[in-house]
Order: sequence, then structure tokens, then C-alpha cells
Amino acid sequence: MTSLSVAWTEETRSVAGVDLHLRKGGSGEPLLLLNDEFGHLASLRYQEELAQNYTVYIPSHPGFGPTPRLDWIMNVRDLAGWYLMALEELGLGSVNAVGLSMGGWLAAEIATMDPGQFKKLALVGPMGVLPPEGFIFDMFLSVPAICITACFHDPEGSAEFREICPEMASPEQAQAWEISREEACRLGWRPYMYYPGLPNLLARLKDLPTMIVWGREDEFVPLSAGQVYHNSIPGSRLEVLDNCGHMPHVEKTEEFLGLVRQFFA
Amino acid sequence: MFIGYFTERPYQDQRSGYFGATGKPIMDLTVSNEIYDAKLGAELYNRYLDEKMYAEEMGFDGLMLNEHHGTPFCMGGAMNVEASILARMTNRAKIVLLGNILPIWDDPLWLVEQLSMIDMISRGRLVSGWVRGTGRESVAHNSPPPYNWERFQEAHEFVVKAWTTPGPFRWEGKHFQYRHVNPWVRPYQEPHPPIWLPGVVSRDSLMWAAEKRIPYIMLATEMEPTKRAFQLYHDTAAEHGYESGPQNIGYLWKVHVDETEELAEATARKYVQGPSNPFLAGNEGTVNPALVNLPGLTSRTRVLPTQAVATAARGGTGGVAGVLGRPYEQQIEDYTIITGTPDTVIKRIRHVLEYIRPGSIFFWDGDGAMTHDDAMRSLRLMGQEVIPAVKEIAKELELPGPFEVDPATGKDLTREEAAAPTADD
Repeated sequence: MTSLSVAWTEETRSVAGVDLHLRKGGSGEPLLLLNDEFGHLASLRYQEELAQNYTVYIPSHPGFGPTPRLDWIMNVRDLAGWYLMALEELGLGSVNAVGLSMGGWLAAEIATMDPGQFKKLALVGPMGVLPPEGFIFDMFLSVPAICITACFHDPEGSAEFREICPEMASPEQAQAWEISREEACRLGWRPYMYYPGLPNLLARLKDLPTMIVWGREDEFVPLSAGQVYHNSIPGSRLEVLDNCGHMPHVEKTEEFLGLVRQFFA
Repeated sequence: MFIGYFTERPYQDQRSGYFGATGKPIMDLTVSNEIYDAKLGAELYNRYLDEKMYAEEMGFDGLMLNEHHGTPFCMGGAMNVEASILARMTNRAKIVLLGNILPIWDDPLWLVEQLSMIDMISRGRLVSGWVRGTGRESVAHNSPPPYNWERFQEAHEFVVKAWTTPGPFRWEGKHFQYRHVNPWVRPYQEPHPPIWLPGVVSRDSLMWAAEKRIPYIMLATEMEPTKRAFQLYHDTAAEHGYESGPQNIGYLWKVHVDETEELAEATARKYVQGPSNPFLAGNEGTVNPALVNLPGLTSRTRVLPTQAVATAARGGTGGVAGVLGRPYEQQIEDYTIITGTPDTVIKRIRHVLEYIRPGSIFFWDGDGAMTHDDAMRSLRLMGQEVIPAVKEIAKELELPGPFEVDPATGKDLTREEAAAPTADD
């Protein structure tokens, strides 16, 4: 483990009708990190590394933990609409963004509504479209540890696997998983983790530089969904990492960081 | 005292490999229906209907049905179909549905129509219970678990309104929307069929029932936590300004009567020898912990004493030893299975009635690996000896059922009926 000693701050900002919990760290140009649906509490290396080059903003989505739930948000499109209001109030302007899994779907929905919200967009194994081959892993029929394990091509060979999937989760971690699952379930129960209209709407991203990153062995959201994203977003890049599952940022941190740094440079 | 008869209607296939105590345990939603034998299915559906009709003949007050989806332990995937048949084929007993799984209905107006038709055809014998359903029901019909409780409450309000308010009217709810509600069938009973709530799990549901003056039925739970849960009902009732009593609470448990003690024991052991059933202690099968704990299905913290118990045994997070996972012998000891000759059974039922003081009881029989003959012997002896004796005990213990004392008002319904012709009160 490297010790990069980034000073992270936690703050609560009252925006768009909710007390938004915001984690912030690093220095440089702002980078918005839209998190996945799992509710990890561990501090991971890719975040520390990104904070060397960027001021990283990690909001807790409403309903996913410290940020309270908003009753009217019933799907990812609602959440995307809320984010546009929240980002305007936060005053970040047009910002570089990375979206992971459900956070990638969210970022894509935001961009279809207002492509100018982002300068550049990196989508990492985003949910949100129906894979033409295979299915999105049913996270509600497995306990969190099994879901997270399914996100790795080689769990035991991944340095940080046990950081986010401890053999015995602490009560705090177990609860954070449950809370995130519950809200993910509200947003994505059916159709399961996709919005049928999204591939058609993605054409709006034609002027937004978009990079799609996928693990070739992703068994959580199959690579065929990545092809749909790639084909639907004119001018997009699809980067496929070998021997890698659904979490390239954790399983192939170096390659992931290389791609992201080069893309945002 | 109201006495009902219940069986889960298992799909009993000796050749299936998972049948019997030594067979493969069933993990929920993992058994493919490719093994389904149509001839056997037809036999079993007709057998269970015949047994229900015989139960009426033998003096049961209620014929209880339930519903589960995608599982061999309960063939009642569309319970209202069975209820419809009983509506026409029987003529005295109440048809007690415990219950329709409200949150999984995307179109509750259709439920309004089906139940009204059952009430019509049976000339007012429907008791319409609601349940929230377990994880398997939410998954099988793809209903969002975190909205289970909201959908339950909204569907209940909608059904009651559709039963009681002349149409057409509009309904613009959070989960259900209609622009034209005007079903061309209304319930036979005024103002609508009684609504009961069975359960084991949720404190929210039990308190909701108490608040709405809806009778609550505990399903195959251990006696001590059951008593505690009912106390919570009675306390909640008091907080809402009325006095609840036996008429507000019911208890279902396993009772099998037979001709000799030996035959009774051999047959009652079959409770744990059929296809495994998560509700049949001793033969629960293998449990998928994610499925019994779907996100938001029940509140993470607001569970009943009975469920703190059950969760542990189902691989949940609790630490208490369980309602489930108990061997046959222990269930005999703690009265959750009662079996024997009529004399033996009557004595033990008395103990349960004294301890829990319910106004409704349901004998869960003919389940597991029990055959039609097993079920019919028990039904006959219940009719000849057990039901009359239990009715006497209930009178002595002052345990009125919900058709003797109104659960909502405490009014004596039998006196009123009797008094009406002479008008001397």
C-alpha cells in the first residue's frame, strides 16, 4: 500500500432540498466521482491517486447513506434530474466526471439531459442499458459479499479485494451495504437496472468526449452492454481491460488510472 | 370460537428426489418446473378441494387458503381460483383467504373484482385477508420490495374504497392510478367482506392491524413470542381507544388427530417429511439469506418478537434460537405440533387456548408427506370429537370469535341476532 496522505474533508451542504453529504479531497481541477451502488466504506487507492491530480468530489447520493433519501426520487432519471439541480447549486460549473456502475448509468442520464454539465465523461462498467448478450447480475438475490465477489475476475489476486469485501464485515459496513442496496432497489428493481430509452437518448452525447471503460471478464454488467454504449454515443472510446471484472478501478488500478489521467489531460 | 382448517397444499412427488426428510432440501426459487407432472398436479388439486369440502361437512367454521409463488411447498399460486371453486361447491363455511399478497398486485382493481365475485357466488362467506408476502413472492411477480409496505397500504385503501364507494371515481395514488373505477360487481357483505391480517414478521403490520381494528392471525409461531406479539396488539388497541379481545386475534398451528396414539405419531412425523417448506419447522429446506432479507421488504429494525426468532433460524442476523429448525420432538414438547387421539389432542389444545386466548384458531393438517387418507381420518375425528369439545372449552374460557363479538366495536353479535326477533333487550 502506498501512503499518499490526502486530507479528505467531509461536509454537509444543503442543496436541492436535501442535506447532501460531500467528501472532498486533493488538489487541482475538480473531478466529480459518481459512486456505485454498493456502499463501500473503505478508502481505496484509486481515489487517493486521483486526488494527486484533481480535487475529487464524492457526493453520497440521496438515500445511499449519510445523505437522506428523497421520497420523490423513484428511478435513476429522477436522480439525474435532482443532480442537475444540485450541481448547479454547488457551482462546480461544467466538470469532468467519472461514473462507476450505477453511478455510470446516472452520469449517462445526466448527460442526456444536459451534455454541457460535463467537460469529459468516463463511464466505468455503467449499468443502464439492457445487454444484448447476457444479463446484469441480480444483486438482490445474493448477499453483499457474493455480489462484490462477482465484481472481480480474480478476487483473491486483487490487492484491495479484502478492503471492500472483508471476511467479517463490521456492523457499520454491513449497515452501509444494506442502506445502499435498499435505495438501489428502489431505483432499479424493474426494469432491472436499465432504462429502455437510454440507448436512443445517448446520441445527445455526440459533442461530449466520452470514454467507456470495461473489464473483459465483467460478469456483473456484461461487456455487450459496453458495446451498446459505444455504438450509441458518437465519437466515444471503448477501453476494454483484460483479466478484469466489473471494478477496473479496484482490480486493475494502474491501468485504470493511466486511462483516466490520459483522457482528462 | 372460530375454527378453521388449513393445509399448504404441497406438491407431493415421491420420485422428485427432494421429497421426504432424507431427500434433497429445496432452496427457494431453484427448483425448475420441468419436473412438474401434470397428472399428479391434477390429482392433488382435486384432492385438496375434496378435503376442504369434507372439512365443511365435519363442522369447520372456516376453510383457509394461502398463496405462494414458484415453489413446490404450496400449490396455491392463484388462491382466488381455489376460493372461487369453494364458493360454489360449499354452502356454510367461511372461505378464509390469508391472504392475497397485496403489494404484488400491479392492478388491484382486478383483485377487487375477483374477491367481490367470490363473495357474491358464496353469498357472503368471504373473509379477505391480506399479506405482504415473503421475498419469493416479490421476486416471482417482480414487485419492488422497498415499496412493499407503501403498496400494501395504498392497495388496501383502494380496495376498501372500491368496495364501499359508488363509482365511477378516479384514483391517483403514488403506486396505483386509475381514471375509471366502477367495477360491475360489488361485495355481497355490507359494507364489505371482513379483512384479516396474518403474519409473523412485521411490527408495522401488526400495529397497523390493531389501529384499523383488523383481526391478526399468527402463523405457526412459538407460543411465548406469540403471546407477547398479541399483547402488543392489545396495547396498541388501547392506545387507539378501544378494547381488543380474543375476537381480534387468531392462531394457526399444526394439529393432527388419529385413531391411535401410534398412528397419530407416525402420521404427524410426516409434517417434516414432504417437500421442504420454510414455514414447516424441522423441514425448512435451504434458505437463500438474500431472498429472506430483500432490501427494504420489512423494516430493518421493526420486527416482532416472533420474527426475531425466525430470522436467526433462517440465516438472518438475529441471535435467538428459532421457531424454525426445531426437530419434531421439540415441536411436540412446545405444543407447536399437537397430535394424538381426540382425548390427547383436546387436552393439549385447551392448554394453548388458555395460554394464548385466541378467538380464532386454525388447525394446520394434511401437510408434508401426509396422504389423502391421513387427512381424511383426522378431519373425521375432528368433526366427531375435537371441534365440539373445543367449542365447549372456548365457551368456558370466554373466547369469542370475530363472528360472535365484533372486533371493531366489541359488540356481541350473537345476542343481537338472537335478540332481534323478540326485541326484549
